[in-house]
Order: sequence, then C-alpha cells, then structure tokens
Amino acid sequence: MTHEHFDAIVVGAGPSGNAAAYTMAQRGLKVLQIERGEYAGSKNVQGAILYSDALERIIPDFREEAPLERHVIEQRIWMMDDSGHTGMHHRSDDYNEQKPNRYTIIRAQFDKWFNRCVREIGVTVLCETTVTGLIADEHRRIIGVQTDRDGDGIFADVVVLAEGVNGLIGQRSGLRKELRPEDVALAVKEMHFLPQDVIDARFNLRGEEGVVIEAMGTVTDGMIGTAFLYTNRESISVGVGCLVSEFAKSGEATPHGILDRFKAHPSVRALLEGAEIKEYAAHLIPEGGYRAVPDLVGDGWIVVGDAGHFVNAVHREGSNLAMTTGRIAGETIANVLGSCLACTRDNLQAYVTQLQETFVMKDMKKYKNVPRMLEHGGHNIMDIYPRLLNRSAQTWFRVDGRDKKSKESEILRSARQARGLTGLLGDAFRLARAWR
Amino acid sequence: MQIFVCIKQVPDSGQIRVHPVTNTIMRQGVPTIINPYDLFGLEQALRLRDRFGGEVTVMTMGPPMAVDSLRKALTFGADRGVLLTDRVFAGSDTLATSYALSYLIRKAGETWGAPDIVFCGKQTIDGDTAQVGPGIARRLGLSQLTYVSGIDDMDLTDRQILVRRRGDHGVQVLRSRLPVMVTMMEGSNEIRRGTQADALRAARAEIVQWNAATVGISDTSLCGLRGSPTVVKKVFAPTARDEKAEMISTEGISPSGMAEALVDQIFSRQPGLRDDLFRQAAGH
Repeated sequence: MTHEHFDAIVVGAGPSGNAAAYTMAQRGLKVLQIERGEYAGSKNVQGAILYSDALERIIPDFREEAPLERHVIEQRIWMMDDSGHTGMHHRSDDYNEQKPNRYTIIRAQFDKWFNRCVREIGVTVLCETTVTGLIADEHRRIIGVQTDRDGDGIFADVVVLAEGVNGLIGQRSGLRKELRPEDVALAVKEMHFLPQDVIDARFNLRGEEGVVIEAMGTVTDGMIGTAFLYTNRESISVGVGCLVSEFAKSGEATPHGILDRFKAHPSVRALLEGAEIKEYAAHLIPEGGYRAVPDLVGDGWIVVGDAGHFVNAVHREGSNLAMTTGRIAGETIANVLGSCLACTRDNLQAYVTQLQETFVMKDMKKYKNVPRMLEHGGHNIMDIYPRLLNRSAQTWFRVDGRDKKSKESEILRSARQARGLTGLLGDAFRLARAWR
Repeated sequence: MQIFVCIKQVPDSGQIRVHPVTNTIMRQGVPTIINPYDLFGLEQALRLRDRFGGEVTVMTMGPPMAVDSLRKALTFGADRGVLLTDRVFAGSDTLATSYALSYLIRKAGETWGAPDIVFCGKQTIDGDTAQVGPGIARRLGLSQLTYVSGIDDMDLTDRQILVRRRGDHGVQVLRSRLPVMVTMMEGSNEIRRGTQADALRAARAEIVQWNAATVGISDTSLCGLRGSPTVVKKVFAPTARDEKAEMISTEGISPSGMAEALVDQIFSRQPGLRDDLFRQAAGH
C-alpha cells in the first residue's frame, strides 16, 4: 500500500501555522495542516492584539472579512502602587486611519477565520487530531508524522513545527530541550462582558475605537510580570502574567490571586464594574528572548512561532512574530522545493538567514539581555520604582503649603533612600545596557 | 442499504449568551456543534452500515456555514454530506423545516437510492420541539419509531426492523416494516472517533449543496418564514426565585439517614403535607 505524501505538514493552526500553511499553498505546494483543537482557535489564547502589518503581508485585504473587535487609538502604560498608578497615555486621532495598525481580537473567532482562508486556498486541514510523534528515516531525517487517530503515518518532505510554546513534539523527538521556568511566563485572563455603549463611555471611545492598558508594579507582588486590559467590542479582556520561575520562588502567589488583586485595584475596579465574567483562560508565553530560541531548522523540519520562542516580551509582541516566521518559513520551503532541492538543514538555513534581516531577529537581539537584567534587578523594577514614582508624583501634585524646592529635595531623598545612589546609577546603567 | 441521517448545526449551549435587552440568543461568534442528540442517530447508522453494508448520507438544512457540521459528521465516518441551503428557508419553523427536509430526502433518494432508514435526533437543543422527525415521517409516509433506545435486529430480506422504544411506563419492543424514520434516545450509544483515513477524507470531501429548486420545491410559500405558522409571542427570562437551595450534608450518613433528613426538611417546610399524605394513604 502506498502512503499518501504531502509537500509539507504543518503541526498547529495558530498564527504561525496558518501563516506557513497559507504561504505554501499559495505557492502551489500540497499542504496538510494538523490541529489538535476541535477547530482552529479553540485552544489558542492571547491577550489579544492583532498587528496588521504582519498579516497584511500574507492576506493584504484581511480587513474586509476578518473578525476584528476594535482598532487601537490609545495606549496607556501604568506603573502601579497599591492605591493608584502613574503612567503615560498616548492617544491620537491619526489611528482612526483607513487601514488601522493594531486591533483587539478574540482569538477563537480570528483563528477560525484565518484557518478558513487557509482551507480555501487549498490546504487540507485535520482538526481534533493530535500529532503524537515525528517519523524519521535511517539518517534521522524527519519524513512524516504519527497521529493519535487509527492509521499509518502521514508523510511529507518537510514538517513545520508550529505547535506552540510547549514544543512537546520537538522535545519528544529530541530536537530541542525542555522549557526552563525562567524562560516562560504563565498568564491568565478573563473576558468581562459589558454593553458596547458602556465600554465606549468608560474609555472615552466612539464607534470601533479601542484602548490598550499595559500595567506593571506592586500588583505582581514584586514578581516579574505585567498586567493588561484591552477593550473589545462588547467585552474587556483583563489578565496578568508572571514568569513561572517567579511563582515557584514565591511559593504562595497564584496567577488568579494576582489577577483578582489587579481587578480589585482602585484604578481598575471601576472600569470593570457591573461586568459579567464569561470566560477565563490560562496560557504559557515564551519570554526567554533571543537566548532561549532553540534550533530552528534540521533535516526535514523547521520551527516557527511560539515553538521557536519568538516573542518580544518588552513590547508585548508575539502574534506578529509568529505570522512573520510562519510566512518566511513557508517561502523558504516553497523556494527549496521549487528548485527541486531536498529540505535539508543546509537548504532550510535560508529561513534563519532571512529572519536575521527582519525585525524579528533584530528586536530579539536588541533585547537579548533584558531577561538576565530582570532576573537580577526585577524586584526593584516591579516594586520599588513603581512605589517611588507614585509617591513622588503625589508629593509633586499635592498642594499643601510647602514650597516646591523642598518637595524636589524630598523626592530626591526618597529615591536615594529606596535604592541608594550606587543602586540608582547601577539600575540606570543595567537598564540602558539591556535596552541598547 | 441506504441510511440517511438528519443533523442540525446548533449553537454550543455551553458557550451561549442571551442578549440582556431582547432576551434572544446571541448566535454571532458562538461556536456551533452538531446537535448532540443527532450523534446518537449517526453512530447507530454507522453501526448498521458496518454490519449490513451500504452507505450513510448525512444531511442538513441551514446556512452555508452548516457545511462545517456535515464535514464534522464525515470525520466520524459518514460517507457523504448534503446541505440544503437557500434564502427562502430562512425563518423556518418545524412545519416548514420538515416540508423542506422531505423534499431533500426524496431528492437524495432519487440520487443515491431510497433510504431504508432515516435517523433524526430525539430533538434539538435549541428548539426542543421533537417535531421535525415525526413531520418528515408523516410527509414521506415512513413508519415512525421515536425515542428508540436500541436496535435489536434488522432483516433486509424481510425488510423488517426490531427496536426497543422508551415508553412512559417502560420499554416497548416494536417490530416495524422498512423504511422507517427513527429518532434515537440519548445515551443509547457513544459516537466513535473516526480513523485518520476518515479525517483525511472528510477534510477534502466535496459537500453536496442543493437549493430549493434543485430538490424540486416550486411552491416557496410553504418555506421559510412564509410557510411557518408558529409565532413567537414573547421571549422572557424567568425571574430568579428568592429561596435558595438547601444542601444536606451527605458525609458519613447512610442512604436511609439522608432520605430521613430530606423528608424531615420537606415536612418542616410544608407542615400540611404530612397530614395530607397520611390522609391519602388511609383513603386508598
């Protein structure tokens, strides 16, 4: 009996898998995509922000049909202490453009749409099917996959591992190491439903305008992590995430405990008042940065998206890196097979080379020292500085009969008290070096 | 043997939302599933096919997106899927639905051979009427076996079927002449997991799509909203009751102890009930 053969098998139907599958099918390859969820998106969790640029390069007119919630016109960055926050708000009517730059989305709906596009362009998609292992030939070249359904293996020239953060298949096949707790964040989020007009009024929005709030500070109890709040059309996504190693170190803190604290915070409480919680989800986010990126290509395999650790934790970007790596992997494979070459490690290396030229690797490299800096100075950044900032702001803005000069000295004094002069200078130096 | 299975794509009741103002079901964005009751019919159909040979055709009437549920049915192992879709069917009640489905079944019968059995779910989880199956049977002149909990035997030469049916006071064992329309009870079987070959075939299968004209419906006044005499007069959310459920702890208590505690609770809430019951018992 002859086995069915595909040009490529894509494992996973998230943004990177869909991007890879779409790109390859568009270039005429015979592609099979395998997704363990009931439908694409059913198991996918993200904040979730969609970055138009990365998707536009795959589906230029996606705005016509994709299920989008609101386009982002305002970004708030908050440093929180226990009773308030100090922050920066950036809002501009310029974001009400014809082709907005960022959208809030609901992943279950968005991924389903993306995957429908993938199917319509000719990819065969198997859902509710889990890839249990890779099949290798006698030269340890990957030639196919094994699934949990009754039947023989399915074979292909190349397997695209778009399996997500855990990378279990890659791990099981010895292509990569196990995740380290320092390199991965555990995030939890809830969806709070509110009528559209209530959200519009609370966040000063009109029509399909949306707001994004990113917050850090004492809410994570000194652990390295952030909180977020995004407006959807008729719901608000609210969540927190901290490094798994931090939860382990703390021993007491729980993700939902921190989320509850964030929701009860005076700056957040009123925004969620009267809302009905309809969904909750948890997910791992690869945040180890450049140093945590595993081997990306081998004989007959290529890694994209979260499985390749492609997340820019500093800028909260991930899905755009996923789509971009998926697209470039797809292009590389199409080029290799189009030139009648085999998908060997050497031939697939073009994928890595090309990634170096894009924002993906450039940004990953730029921030490659951030995880290490946080490991050492994280507590100061998450706890001492937010407190300091909020106290200083209060000293500055309170009108209480004291002269401004003594207020300035008090602010400087409290900064020195909190970290000491060498501490302050050291933090500034370390931050600058990590940011460079 | 030809077996037809009627399915319906319904919103996933686990993820549904009710609009706070209009009290109507908000279907937009809610994931859809195959009506769970229909899967008992589908599994029974597949078992009969495996035993007696033949084909299982899955069919539905609905919007174009209903192909998803037909494709899903194919991953379980059904042989083909047919979708009847047309704007004229929008707003159909059970009368108009069974009208349209009877034409669909007739047309499918002409195309692939007349069905020996038509399976339906007991009812749907979004309409809960249990009227469409019987409606189809009546329109096509099929014997009608509702609330079937199991098929004991079938004889294709004698063209007879022997089933168990859940009745009000027990189980009826009924013999009927083929062709029949069967609605299956929940829990009568468990839907199988399709093989890899089934999944691959389903992913690539062409779902047959017909419209009103293809199945030979010329009188559209009996279709959709126009053909539906059912009127929704009012939709309301029941008001929450004030009294809360009371929990009786079961830990370390024997079953009879639990029963006693329960009876005590009831009698303490309804003081008159005890005397009423004794009086009735005495009267008998």
